[in-house]
Amino acid sequence: MEGVIALYIVMLAAFTGYEIIARVPVILHTPLMSGSNFVHGIVLVGAMVALGRADTTLEQVIGFIGVVLGAGNAVGGYVVTERMLQMFKASGQKKKKESA
Amino acid sequence: MQGLLPDHVATLAIDFSYLLVAFLFIMGLKAMSSPVTARRGIVVAGFGMLLGTLMSFLYPGMGNFPLMLAAIAIGGGLAWWSGRIVAMTDMPQMIALYNGMGGGAAAAIAAVELLRMASTDPAAAAAAEHGPVVTALAAAGAFIGAVSFSGSLIAFGKLQGLIKRSFRFKGQQIVNLLITAATIALGVSIVISGHPTMQTVVLFFALALLLGVTMTLPIGGADMPVVISLYNAFTGLAVAFEGFVLENTAMIIAGIVVGSAGTLLTQLMAKAMNRSLGNVLFSGFGEGAAVAAEGVSGALKPIEASDAGVMMAFAQKVIVIPGYGMAVAQAQHKVWELCQLLIDKGVMVRFAIHPVAGRMPGHMNVLLAEAGVPYDLISDLDEINAEFDTADVALVIGANDVVNPVARTDKSSPIYGMPILNADKAKNVLVIKRGQGAGFSGIENHLFYLDNTRMVYGDAQKVAAELIHAVKAAG
Repeated sequence: MEGVIALYIVMLAAFTGYEIIARVPVILHTPLMSGSNFVHGIVLVGAMVALGRADTTLEQVIGFIGVVLGAGNAVGGYVVTERMLQMFKASGQKKKKESA
Repeated sequence: MQGLLPDHVATLAIDFSYLLVAFLFIMGLKAMSSPVTARRGIVVAGFGMLLGTLMSFLYPGMGNFPLMLAAIAIGGGLAWWSGRIVAMTDMPQMIALYNGMGGGAAAAIAAVELLRMASTDPAAAAAAEHGPVVTALAAAGAFIGAVSFSGSLIAFGKLQGLIKRSFRFKGQQIVNLLITAATIALGVSIVISGHPTMQTVVLFFALALLLGVTMTLPIGGADMPVVISLYNAFTGLAVAFEGFVLENTAMIIAGIVVGSAGTLLTQLMAKAMNRSLGNVLFSGFGEGAAVAAEGVSGALKPIEASDAGVMMAFAQKVIVIPGYGMAVAQAQHKVWELCQLLIDKGVMVRFAIHPVAGRMPGHMNVLLAEAGVPYDLISDLDEINAEFDTADVALVIGANDVVNPVARTDKSSPIYGMPILNADKAKNVLVIKRGQGAGFSGIENHLFYLDNTRMVYGDAQKVAAELIHAVKAAG
């Protein structure tokens, strides 16, 4: 990839990440951290490529571990974030919610 | 090996799908920044992940598909199962665990690249030739990812209670510094040689993994959220670096967005705890625990739950200060039941949440939301602190350090300067506490010894039930 273009991407992505978080209320910090944790689960894609192009047994083993870990990051991050966020009820629908 | 589509078609399709993936991730994260749209946000980001994963099967020149599917099934299946069953109270360590897995995956990608460079087969080594910039990014991602992996596992172990104590010894920071220097030196040598030996690469990873362990072990449980958040940002960066190596734009954008957002979130958390990041990482918290009992005067004054209930039933304004202890006792449902009773009696009830109530900022809000407490009754520190002057009762449930007035007054205290909830300003303070022990930081709480403070001893859930009886009986 063109080096300068890559730097543009990095700069714009960095500002985007900063701006998204800057306006988040404290009540959402934990779910948001979990959500951003889910987003870097995209590492799964890279691990798939690493495993897909592995030739030797050693490369296959490491690639396999990478895909297992990456899939764990993506799926686990999604499940816990979704579980937390579905509990946040808007003020209108607050009454008579009993989960116990 | 032949891909599923002609190479140029597959590449084009993947490039455009990654553009959409980046768009969905950013939209998703943005939606997650408001409670109204947050749920939609994670679903949107989830679609992005699904799209990216499916399209990546089309990459030209890939094989090992059965292995790949098996690995996805194993990793995804275990994570799905563990994510469904974990209790809300244990959320922080699960986030640490999943985050560590991401860091490990990034390190694994780098390991494949670096080991190929170290290959004794000249053809394979030549195929893995990168420019020094790409090699440096691969090595940097490997370093950060490996630290994040082992560090997050230690953080998980600590919060899960698998690792009970903090390991500290004299000169620990120097040891960490030496390990860091050695790892970086090895990394630099890999970049310069362009054809490292197998031993160098293995030692490089071993040292990076070791650093994650030695860096995290001395950090106390109270500082863990900051560390988890930091490792979250680390993993983001590692993913972005490996994205450069693989020329994968989705990884670059997602990684950098998380890296930058995670860094800001880490700073916000550290600020909420009145700790600088350097402080968290390089000086052990709670070292003052040995000198904890200094200068407390007065005695702890117990009160029966029935009397405490009457006190609240006839109050005009009650501010509840929940802490992690309440969550551990699973008392949030009972406490909310109690508060609903009080509200029906015309008592004004508010919840005051310290930024680090629970195990990380916002964790307590998740726990209260689980019990059904609407978020308009919940106030954070800045909003509520002025209101304690007009409160009849401040009900402290399982919270300790965050209401310790020492943070305002005693300069020698390790928590001095930490913003606290001014529970001591209320007319009466009721503290529900399991026993007489000190808080997470090991510091004696002066609030408990004040003249207007009464202690209700017992399991938070049981006490809450007794309070409900008392309030009902008070008619």
